Amino acid sequence: MASHSIAAHGHSDSHGHHDAHHEEHWFLKYCWSTDHKMIAKQYLITGLFMALIGGFFAYVFRWQLAFPNQPVPFFGVVTPASYNMMITQHGTIMIFFVAMPVLLAAFGNYLIPLMVGADDMVFPRLNRASYQVFLISSIILIWSFFVPGGGFGGAWTAYPPLSAGSQFNLTPSGSTLWVVAVAVEFVAFLMGGINFIVTAMNARAPGMKFEDVPMAVWMIVIASVMFMMSVGPLIAGSVMLIMDQNFGTHFFDPRTGGDPVLWQHLFWFFGHPEVYVVLLPALGFLAEILPVFSRKKLFGYRTLLYSSIGTACLSFFVWAHHQFISGIDPRMANVFAATTVLISIPIAEIMFVFIATLYRSSIQFTVPMLWALSFVAEFLVGGVTGIFLGASGADIHFHDTYFVLAHFHYTFFPIAIIGSFAGLTYWFPKMFGRHLNEGLGKLHFWITIISFNFIWMPLFFTGIMGDHRRIYSFTNFPDLMTPDRILLREISSVATAIMGVAQILFFANFFWSMYKGRKAEDNPYGANTLEWRCPSPPPHGNFAVMPTVYRGPYEYSHPDRESDFWPQDEPPAGQGSVQPEGAH
Amino acid sequence: MAEQHPSHESGGSGWQPLARSVYSLTILGVVTVITAILLYIFAGGEDLIARLIPANSSFAGDIDFVILIIAGLVGFWFFASIFAFFALLYQSRRRPGHKPEYLGKHDHQLHTWISWPHWLVIACDLIIIVVAVKVWHQVKQVAPPADTVVRVTAQQWGWTFRHPGTDNKLDTADDIVTIDRLHVPVDKVVHFELQSKDVMHDFSVPVFRLKQDAVPGRTINGWFKPTKAGAFDIQCAEMCGIGHGLMPARIFVETPEQHAAFIEDSARNASVPGGQSIY
Repeated sequence: MASHSIAAHGHSDSHGHHDAHHEEHWFLKYCWSTDHKMIAKQYLITGLFMALIGGFFAYVFRWQLAFPNQPVPFFGVVTPASYNMMITQHGTIMIFFVAMPVLLAAFGNYLIPLMVGADDMVFPRLNRASYQVFLISSIILIWSFFVPGGGFGGAWTAYPPLSAGSQFNLTPSGSTLWVVAVAVEFVAFLMGGINFIVTAMNARAPGMKFEDVPMAVWMIVIASVMFMMSVGPLIAGSVMLIMDQNFGTHFFDPRTGGDPVLWQHLFWFFGHPEVYVVLLPALGFLAEILPVFSRKKLFGYRTLLYSSIGTACLSFFVWAHHQFISGIDPRMANVFAATTVLISIPIAEIMFVFIATLYRSSIQFTVPMLWALSFVAEFLVGGVTGIFLGASGADIHFHDTYFVLAHFHYTFFPIAIIGSFAGLTYWFPKMFGRHLNEGLGKLHFWITIISFNFIWMPLFFTGIMGDHRRIYSFTNFPDLMTPDRILLREISSVATAIMGVAQILFFANFFWSMYKGRKAEDNPYGANTLEWRCPSPPPHGNFAVMPTVYRGPYEYSHPDRESDFWPQDEPPAGQGSVQPEGAH
Repeated sequence: MAEQHPSHESGGSGWQPLARSVYSLTILGVVTVITAILLYIFAGGEDLIARLIPANSSFAGDIDFVILIIAGLVGFWFFASIFAFFALLYQSRRRPGHKPEYLGKHDHQLHTWISWPHWLVIACDLIIIVVAVKVWHQVKQVAPPADTVVRVTAQQWGWTFRHPGTDNKLDTADDIVTIDRLHVPVDKVVHFELQSKDVMHDFSVPVFRLKQDAVPGRTINGWFKPTKAGAFDIQCAEMCGIGHGLMPARIFVETPEQHAAFIEDSARNASVPGGQSIY
């Protein structure tokens, strides 16, 4: 099997010329392959491409905010309509078309069969269909930017009546295509989620009990279950919104008995668990990376597992904290403030587990480890600032200010960006059979992390000082045009540009190392989990000999052993021969 | 509890004193930080937020107090975690002769790592919930008796304010209707009736710590009591379309004399026909 070609290359091929010289037809190889690793790489590349679009939008509107009404370099003058369109699409892209495909779909596809010791997903064709549908939804979203009237600009939360009537939003086609793109994407992730759950439940290697399953797999499975349970109301809401936009129904129109607040409930009933859908896979990566580079057993496997399940359950009962001041009965806020603040308990335990894992360990500050550690530090800021917003009394001031934005970027940036970089740099040798450049990786890490804090720390303060979100220019608000506020905005925007430029380092490292990097061994880090027991990169079918599991995934530095790791599939002493590493 | 801890194969007795030193250093660090924060809040630091943005309504101070209490409590957790985190990073860095420890499943002392913080988190949560709900109740669920009432109507992309005029009643012949300029007397309880003509808007006055969505098809009642005279920004804080950023208004908080003059002038000029519904 030709497994050394990579999706990035093939992906562009698939739209280009016919290449008949390959042993496998390009169409079968790249558009019809049911290999979970190929599909994972395609999700990954698509997600990274969408991240470039979303990131560019962020740069443009941040620049406009700091230097209002001047032409933005590489873009031009930002109009209110294009500003609204870019903030809307930035949110949509970063959550639905970057965090979801990269964290959940790419890593879920790549890791689950390898980590549970299966040769592929249980439903490989469904898996292929899932990516094709996702690709279609991405194309619909990008198409929506160019239709007459422009892309949808009613914020990623799409509150009706603004989103429901083209007389209000002035984007007749853009708003419909936006809803269609999001709804179609959910279909893709439902197909993917079924695969993740069934594969992890039914295709585990012999001997792998529930508590021997690596945390990354657990987290992706819990996230998939959460996604399935929460997405129904939003798909129903999306269909109602499409009907309101195009067929004259009035589900959300108050003039004829509809209720615009209904959409908010449907949206946030999905929207809040969605935060944890993308958070959990990132926590799963941490649970793999921290033990490997600290050579220490994961502290509290069960605590982490049950806390994550607890977080998942509790997250279904907090959605109205997005709506405290939206006109719902104010008494409801008391209940939702309590449930929201209580979610700090399992999240705090998860953080304690990670910090306690480092205790008396032996930490090697490699690039994936730096990303994983920075996740803990940055996510702590995001976590504690969330309490201000969950507390109803304080949220009266903070709602829809830059404090909210700073808070959720301190959660979503660690999740979507730091989590993805941690996973990518950690599993890169397995995915592509080559090592990333360590020095370049560290440079990229430090520039990204420092500029990130310079982007968002100042905006906590502008938020407290009254900057409200989704405003294309603060020049119309005399109270908001004081020199200190302007300075804080400028610091943030310049840091955004620096962070954007720094990503060139990553992409250069990524694509250069893919072809020219140092060749990777099968198990370069001395890790225990099963994906490191097959060749790098794994061939179609993954394992030469299907593994049998004898122990949990985190047995590092065991006192009975000479070597400081203990692979899950290594038979106990006296039970058969030890499988040679990298057996073909 | 540490006394009963069975020593481990690899670590020997070495890790107990170390655990204690990390514990005590962490606790010392965070106790210092939290004491400093609480001292600051209770000894003259209660205007910490007001230094960033003026607090010009009767409940602004209460909301700032919630913010500061939370800041104190989560500040404790943040500094505790960050301190422990970086202390462990330093203590556990890879170096010659340093061996990582294998901690098995049934180590009860390990669970104290997370069990006491767990109860402490719950205690902090309860304090935060009680304080937050109390202030929320006082601002959003009950209102003191009204001294005057105004009707605020939002639309794409502007504000219409209906003032009650000399009789202090809305929907009478002497109502004063203004666009993008709201006039209220200082130190009086103002009730507002918030409406929207088209999409979601949000009536927000940051210096009052006041924010309330306007929902089309409904009238939402709220109140505020300005405590300082002056002119301040009114924002629309809910995405309402292309002109969302072009929807600024000003609130003029006036002394009794200024307000009486405003009512008199408006009655004389009567630019908008009084009493006629504008909806």
